[in-house]
Amino acid sequence: MPKKPMKLDTSIHAEANRQMTICNACRYCEGLCAVFPAMTRRRTFSDGDLEYLANLCHSCGACYYACQYVPPHEFAVNVPQIFAQLRSESYYRSAWPRTFAPLFQRNGLIIALAATVAIALFIGGFVAMHDPDALFAVHTGPGAFYRLMPHETMVALFGGVFLFAVVAIVISVRTFWRTSGGGTIGLSDLLIAGQATATLRYLDGQRGGCMNEDEQPTDRRRFYHHCTFYGFLLCFASTSLATVLHNLLGWHAPYAWYNPVVLLGVLGGSGLLIGPAGLLRAKQRRDPQVVSSDTRGMEVAFLAMLLLTSASGLLLLVLRATPAMGILLALHLGIVFALFLTFPYGKFVHGFYRYAALIRFARESKLPVAGTAD
Amino acid sequence: MTDSDIFNQPYDILIAGGGNAALCAAITAARAGASVLVVEAAPKAMRGGNSRHTRNMRVAHDAGNDILTGPYPVDEYWDDLLRVTGGQTDEQLARLTLDRSKELWDWHQQQGVRFQPSLSGTLSLGRTNAFFLGGGKALLNALYLTAAALGVQVIYEAKVTDLNITEGVFHSAQVQKEGEVFPITAASFVAAAGGFEANIEWLSEYWGEAAQNFLIRGTPYNRGEVLRLLLNKQVQAIGDPKQCHAVAIDGRAPKFDGGIVTRLDCVPFGIVVNKHAERFYDEGEDFWPKRYAIWGRLVAMQPEQVAYAIIDARSVDLFMPSVYPPEQANTIEELAKKFTLDPQRLRTTVEAFNAACRPGTFDHTVHDECHTEGATPPKSHWARPIITPPFYGYPLRPGITFTYLGVKIDAEARIIMHDNKPSPNMFAAGEIMAGNVLGKGYLAGIGMTIGSIFGRIAGQGAAQAKHRPE
Ligand SMILES: Cc1cc2nc3c(=O)[nH]c(=O)nc-3n(C[C@H](O)[C@H](O)[C@H](O)COP(=O)(O)OP(=O)(O)OC[C@H]3O[C@@H](n4cnc5c(N)ncnc54)[C@H](O)[C@@H]3O)c2cc1C
Ligand code: SF4
Ligand code: SF4
Repeated sequence: MPKKPMKLDTSIHAEANRQMTICNACRYCEGLCAVFPAMTRRRTFSDGDLEYLANLCHSCGACYYACQYVPPHEFAVNVPQIFAQLRSESYYRSAWPRTFAPLFQRNGLIIALAATVAIALFIGGFVAMHDPDALFAVHTGPGAFYRLMPHETMVALFGGVFLFAVVAIVISVRTFWRTSGGGTIGLSDLLIAGQATATLRYLDGQRGGCMNEDEQPTDRRRFYHHCTFYGFLLCFASTSLATVLHNLLGWHAPYAWYNPVVLLGVLGGSGLLIGPAGLLRAKQRRDPQVVSSDTRGMEVAFLAMLLLTSASGLLLLVLRATPAMGILLALHLGIVFALFLTFPYGKFVHGFYRYAALIRFARESKLPVAGTAD
Repeated sequence: MTDSDIFNQPYDILIAGGGNAALCAAITAARAGASVLVVEAAPKAMRGGNSRHTRNMRVAHDAGNDILTGPYPVDEYWDDLLRVTGGQTDEQLARLTLDRSKELWDWHQQQGVRFQPSLSGTLSLGRTNAFFLGGGKALLNALYLTAAALGVQVIYEAKVTDLNITEGVFHSAQVQKEGEVFPITAASFVAAAGGFEANIEWLSEYWGEAAQNFLIRGTPYNRGEVLRLLLNKQVQAIGDPKQCHAVAIDGRAPKFDGGIVTRLDCVPFGIVVNKHAERFYDEGEDFWPKRYAIWGRLVAMQPEQVAYAIIDARSVDLFMPSVYPPEQANTIEELAKKFTLDPQRLRTTVEAFNAACRPGTFDHTVHDECHTEGATPPKSHWARPIITPPFYGYPLRPGITFTYLGVKIDAEARIIMHDNKPSPNMFAAGEIMAGNVLGKGYLAGIGMTIGSIFGRIAGQGAAQAKHRPE
């Protein structure tokens, strides 16, 4: 597949600017989501403004189906599509370190490669550390996992890659914040934005939004997104709790099924099965008019990785007392490692950019509207 | 189902048109148990006529709610209607429309239409008009989905090209699709095919050459074929054929279908000149929403149906953002050249205006004291000298919203024939009969109200008509 040149594509900004100028003279969509009220607070749009608006968009599709100017109309307005392109531009523009920015464009491929290599390394590492037989032996009881990989090594590896991801994302989002307009942040802005993020307020089928395959509104994408998001958080909580138990209480994994670590993990893992699977299916059935084919690879790869993470994790739980444990552990750790490593250069970042955009939206909501609509 | 499968079935009701009025009729009739075929001239992507370009609907209500900011009693609505029409309205039909407009909010919601919570930017109509969440096209999508769920058949790119009517009774229609003509028989017929505003030749009958320079704000599919057919077949006309709702829009707008974004709100903030660089009307007569509609006609009466709104840097941010950027120049002469106006004459006009401006406190939210003295025509409010560069200009053209000529109906939406008798099985709804209520002038949001009320009445009547012995 031919790829776009890996530089800032200003034509996307120009096109988004053209469309927002039409929308700002129209404003029919102002009740649909945050994008349109945010738009009405300005008369002209800088590149940064456009990226801010693009990241406020949840790609719910409502404005596409509501718009009297979509193609074949000569004004050819298609906000969700141009914003999808612009979002990936904004991720690209803000990526840290700069040299890794092009990874966004090949994210699907990179993730696949990273996962394969990481899994291979884990298997190889296990074998190198012990004899190959240990990989296929049955290990049970507390500390079973660490017989394949010492706890310190695991902490160093995962702590390291996690820290890298956090730093890279923080720097990227900060760059985005500054280049797109920035400003000081109040606590109430954080809270309002947090609430909107947590509830996916603007991906809201109740109020007529969230279309998928046609003009019929459904709330499915929001449901699956909630499964994914909260599934992820639960898994994260499970891991954090395990770290605490291990370090403070000296309780070593694997834990009994009734241990909160396992319960949180199972619950989160289930969410991470249902959510990404549902989103993948919705994506497959989505009206191709409202999405950007340029970003599809990145989105599919991220969902697939989440799905693999939870599937391998749950499988590990079920089969941890069998000889398959060694291989499954290597598989699971490899996938998680690759997932963490590629976090800053794929779809994962959208949540942070959106949260940042929502903070700015909360802050700007006190500003006056430009012109008065009729 | 293929097109011919759809056409070959028998239907109780045939509805011409695919806008709000047609869909209100189709849903009501289908709920009453009738089988319904809707033929829409436009392709699916462009379905819904002018209703697609609408934003709100004027409805009476006794108390404010989360959509409407305050009460709007029927009496006040009635006063508003009398004022804009100057009494040119059928009182019975108008009263019926206003009384029953109270039902619309609930009714449309039951059909899946959603309304927008009142927002700050839309204050001036926030009390009287219910805003569709996402606008008219979102409303239509909801109506089409509901109609489909009720078994209504819709066929696109199909238009009614002939009607077989004898002695006021409808028998069948010819429907043309992709060059093929299909005869459709139905027990009753609902005409909801809009006005003839997109038919420049027809407009020329009243406006002459000038009509060539008109821009049509809405759908190119409202060519008035059904209206013409009916008027040719013993149906009584209503409404002044010369009347149409015309506003001054950006002269760079597309010929058809530009919709709402081509509006320009800058007129009260500067001066408007014709191609001879002369002013011709009081730009500050009243607030823009009130005066908006007269400017289409004013521009239509100027040579070559063109005008130019000129403002300066102080005013450029005071009105709704425009879809096309204004022309910009550092001197009045330079701006004149961009519009091929005579630079010297424009300068003279601007200077005469500037000299006539009386000092005062400018406030565009009230009828302020800034007016001219000694200028012809005067400018009553918001008159400030045009002196701060850069100067900006927008070209203006008449933008036609809809026409007033229609078919006469009774309170049951039955079409009235030349012998003053209502047809037993022909009904009309929407723009095609709006002239019964709106003899003249316009009240923002009443077009959708009329279409919805008479659409529902027509649907009900048409469903009953099939059971009536002829
Ligand atoms: C830019 C704009 C903004 C407006 N805003 C508002 C507003 O906010 N509120 C309001 O109340 N009013 C508004 N109006 C007026 C409003 O659009 C009309 O009053 C209303 O849409 C009339 O509805 P209708 O169903 O009768 O006609 P339409 O919605 O125009 O539907 C007529 C249909 O008939 C079809 N048709 C035409 N000829 C044939 C044929 N021969 N065979 C089959 N089908 C045919 C057309 O394709 C079309 O779908 C606006 C108009 C415009 C142009
Ligand atoms: S998407 Fe279309 S209908 Fe919505 S505000 Fe923009 S131009 Fe208007
Ligand atoms: S797609 Fe949805 S979230 Fe995005 S701008 Fe349109 S309405 Fe808003």
